[in-house]
Amino acid sequence: MSAFFTLLKRDLRLALRDGGALGTALGFYLIVVSLLPLGLGPDLNLLSRIAPGILWIALLLAALLSLSRMFETDYEDGSLEAIAAGPLPLELMAGAKALAHALTTGVPLVVITPVLALMLNLDLKAYPVLIASMGLGIPAISFLGSIGAALTLKTRRGGLLLALLVLPLYVPTLIFGISAVNAALSGPQGASSSFLILSAVSLVSLVVGPLAAAAALRIQMQ
Amino acid sequence: MDLGPHAAFIWAAYGVFIAVLAAVLAWLWLDGKAQERTLAALEARGIKRRTSRPMSQADAGTGS
Amino acid sequence: MQTQTLTQRLANPTRFMELSALVLPWLWALAGALIAIAMYKVFFIAPADYQQGETVKIMYIHVPAAWLAMMGYGIVALSSFGLLVFRHPLADVSAKAAAPLGAAFTLLALITGSLWGKPMWGTYWVWDARLTSVLVLFFLYMGLIALRNSVEDESAAAKLTAILGLVGVAILPVIKFSVDWWNTLHQPSTGFTQTVDPSMRTPLLISALGFTVLFLAMHMKGMRNEILRRRVKSLTLAAVERAQTSLPEQTSLPEAR
Repeated sequence: MSAFFTLLKRDLRLALRDGGALGTALGFYLIVVSLLPLGLGPDLNLLSRIAPGILWIALLLAALLSLSRMFETDYEDGSLEAIAAGPLPLELMAGAKALAHALTTGVPLVVITPVLALMLNLDLKAYPVLIASMGLGIPAISFLGSIGAALTLKTRRGGLLLALLVLPLYVPTLIFGISAVNAALSGPQGASSSFLILSAVSLVSLVVGPLAAAAALRIQMQ
Repeated sequence: MDLGPHAAFIWAAYGVFIAVLAAVLAWLWLDGKAQERTLAALEARGIKRRTSRPMSQADAGTGS
Repeated sequence: MQTQTLTQRLANPTRFMELSALVLPWLWALAGALIAIAMYKVFFIAPADYQQGETVKIMYIHVPAAWLAMMGYGIVALSSFGLLVFRHPLADVSAKAAAPLGAAFTLLALITGSLWGKPMWGTYWVWDARLTSVLVLFFLYMGLIALRNSVEDESAAAKLTAILGLVGVAILPVIKFSVDWWNTLHQPSTGFTQTVDPSMRTPLLISALGFTVLFLAMHMKGMRNEILRRRVKSLTLAAVERAQTSLPEQTSLPEAR
C-alpha cells in the first residue's frame, strides 16, 4: 500500500512542478465558458438557464485535455516499465495516476467553477449542488479517462482519438450531473436520486477504470 | 402505388438503405476477389502455405 | 478419442473456411428470400397506419437496422470476450469483421429514423431516447474502428480494441438508462406508440429476420476476407524472408521453377 502512496505523492509533486498543464486546463475552461455567451448573446436569463450545462461540458472538455499525459511522460522515459516491474500491481499504479489527475486537474477545475458560474448568472441556489455534483463526477472523469489514455498511449497525436473514445463514457456522468442541478433548482429533495446514480457511476469507474487501463498498458508495453 | 403525401421520405429511406447495403456488399465482394488474386499470384510464384495444399474450393470464390 | 465442441472445431481457420464455403451460399439465398417476402408484404399487403399513413413503411427497415446496430455490437463484445478470455483464434477476425457492418446499420438506423421523424414529428432530428442512444452507439463503433486503425501491431490492435469493446458493452446499458432518464425529464410523454398492429407485425418480423440473416452472411464473408488477408500478409512476409536468405530451391523468380 505504501508503494501506492509513494507513487501518488510523486505524481502530485510532478504535477505541481509542471504547472503548465493545470494552467492550460484552467485557461481552456475559462475561455470556453467565456466564448459561449459571446456566441449565444448576453441574455442573462438564457445564460442562467443553460449555465449548468455549459459549465459541465466545459469541465469535461478541459479535463479531457490533460488526460493524454497521464501515462505518456512515464512511458516515454521508461519509468512506466520500471514501475510495472516493481511491487505495485499495474491496476493500482493506474489508479494512483488517475487519482493524481483527479486531484491536480479535476479539483482545481471544480474549485474555479463558482467564479465562472458568476459570469453565467447561475442561480445562487444551484451553486452548492453544482459543486457537489461536479465533485462526485470527478472520479468518473479521471478514472474512465484513464482507460482512454491507456488505449491511445502509443498513438501519435492521440488526443483526438482519446476524446472520441472517452466522451461516450462521460454521457452518464454528464446527464446525471446536470439533472442533479436542475432537480435541486426545482425542489429541495429532487436531486437525491441523481446524486445516487452519479456516485454509483463514479464508484464503478474506480474499479473498471484501473482494471481496463492496466490491461491496456500491459498490451502497450509488450 | 400511392404512398401518400410523404412518399419522398419513404423512397429516400429505402433508397439510402439499398445504396448503403449495395456499397457494403460490393466492398465485401471486391475485397474478397482482391485477396484471392493476391494469394493466387503468390502461389504462382511458388510461395505456399505450410500445409502446401493447392487452393481448394473452400478458399476460392464458391463461398462468395 | 477426441470430441471437440463446435467452437473448437470452427476455431481452426482452415476448417472455418471450408465450413463457411458450404454455408454461405445458403445464407445469402435465405436472406434474399426473406427480404423479398418481407418487401412484398410491406408494399403490397400491409396497410397504412392509422396515425402515420404510409410513412409507417419506413418502420420495416428502421427497426431491423436499429436491432442490427445493437446485435452487431453484441457480436463485437462476444468476440472481444472470446479473444481476451479464451484466446480464440478467430475471435479477433470476428470482431474486426463485425464492427464496420454494425456501424453501417447504425448509420442506416439514424438516417431512416431521421427520415421517418420528419413526416411524423416535423423535424429531421429529435432527441428521443432511442435515436440518441443509437447516436452514442455510432460513436462507440467509430471509436472501435479508429482505435484499430491507429495501432500498427496487429496483435496489440486486436487486444486493445477488444478491451474497448468490453468497456463499451459495459457502459452501454448505463448510457441507455441515462438517456432514457434524460428523455423523460425533458419530454413527459413519448410521441411514438410502441404497439404494432398484428397485420404489421408479420412483415416486420420477416424483415428483421431477413436482414439478420443478411448481416450474418456479410459477417461470415467479412471473416473469410480477413482470413485471406492475414494469409496474404504472412505469406508475403515469408516470401520476403526467403528472398533475403535466398534459399536456392524456393526463389521468387518465376524462371527458376
